[in-house]
Amino acid sequence: MVTLRMRVNGVTRSLELEPWVSLLDALRERLGLTGTKKGCDQGACGACTVLVDGERINSCLALAVQYEDRDITTIEGVTHPIQQAFIEHDGFQCGYCTSGQICSAIGMLAEHGAGMPSAVTEPGASGLSEAEIRERMSGNLCRCGAYNGIVDAIKEVAR
Amino acid sequence: MKPFAYVSAPDVATAVRTIATEPNAKFLGGGTNLVDLMREDIEQPDTVVDITRLPLTEIEELPGGGVRVGALVRNSHLAAHRLIRTRYPLLSQALLAGASAQLRNMATVGGNLLQRTRCPYFYDGASACNKRVPGSGCDAIGGFNRNHAILGTSDDCIATHPSDMCVALAALDATVEVESVRGLRRVPLADFHRLPGGTPHLETTLEPDELVTAIEVPELTAPSSYRKVRDRASYAFALVSVAAALEVTDGVVSDVRLALGGVAAKPWRARQAESVLLGTPATEESFRRAAEAELEPAVGRPDNAFKIELAQRTIVATLRRLSDGSFGDGSFGDGSRA
Repeated sequence: MVTLRMRVNGVTRSLELEPWVSLLDALRERLGLTGTKKGCDQGACGACTVLVDGERINSCLALAVQYEDRDITTIEGVTHPIQQAFIEHDGFQCGYCTSGQICSAIGMLAEHGAGMPSAVTEPGASGLSEAEIRERMSGNLCRCGAYNGIVDAIKEVAR
Repeated sequence: MKPFAYVSAPDVATAVRTIATEPNAKFLGGGTNLVDLMREDIEQPDTVVDITRLPLTEIEELPGGGVRVGALVRNSHLAAHRLIRTRYPLLSQALLAGASAQLRNMATVGGNLLQRTRCPYFYDGASACNKRVPGSGCDAIGGFNRNHAILGTSDDCIATHPSDMCVALAALDATVEVESVRGLRRVPLADFHRLPGGTPHLETTLEPDELVTAIEVPELTAPSSYRKVRDRASYAFALVSVAAALEVTDGVVSDVRLALGGVAAKPWRARQAESVLLGTPATEESFRRAAEAELEPAVGRPDNAFKIELAQRTIVATLRRLSDGSFGDGSFGDGSRA
């Protein structure tokens, strides 16, 4: 057993867990924060996306012990215009990927704002085109296929 | 996942001492590959040495124009760094063509070098795989092998190395710095990864107790680009990729570096194509001839024979764009999206 502390949604939490527990399982099973979803559990779908010190990661491939003293934000700690935009633009159907999509979008907007390029960034371009949004959000799959609504929702918030 | 003991190393000396003394221990970086492999029971370390708190996160300019990158620099940070974007567009583009933004935020440079193959037969415990269980056979040969290798294969393994970053580093003549209790050692990237031969389970020339601490990339003055061809537009491993740098002087190729991804168990430096190209006119015909020479020894199988032509066309297209000057300004284009 390892004892560690992490700040989750602004609150310092103390956890006692085995070193092989993923951050995802720690959040869901130990802290009761089930808003973060387990999809593939192998880093392929993005449903488990959370923000660590403002950066988006896949919590399923993260061992909780590696994130001691870090600042974790899950969907339960999010208040952001992107949430209303998802509702207005039908950015989901079943909703399973949505918390990951929203955390990912928030991380993505911060990355773009900090000038990080993507694989489709054109020389001198600064806006978030539809191609940019699709490329930057490609780590979040939606099996209902709500991609058009997701892109529209992000486009509105990025404007 | 098999239970393991967890040690967080505060410094490099402790890390290499721990790995040398604990039996069956493994270094853990960003976790994007190792945690997955541990969950599948393909990797079963008794001790995990967490290296993410080591001070190996610097990107420094070297005298002479090169760059030194700490092994724990995350892939996303390296791709976005000003020095990398301006001097080594092929490296920045290769990094951005790999994985997803979330994974790039976690994955380290050292871990990227040490990625294991994504061959589905390697992942599937019910299949024969000489990498996973030496001597058990290879179900990819004669199986579904669309993503598999066409160069440098053996009768024991046709897996590919999945990295994009390493393909760019191969073209750049990068050096890998490794440390152990025996001291520091520098390995040219070309000698870092192995071809399968009769021992496909041995993937690198790294000793089990050695820690990758940095990579060094020498100066590059030629315009460069990375082009990746895959089954979907983003977030997929390469069918074929090309990292290229090309300098044309008075219409003649005066410097060329070429490496291929998705075609072999290691990032494939295309020395044959380079030697054909050097000193010849920078024309489509020369590019085609060079590409044919490189792929001449390729062996295709029913599902992946298309890669032989695809690799040639991708080489030609990448060199053509570079010679047209489309990427000569060190900026980004759609080349990495292919």
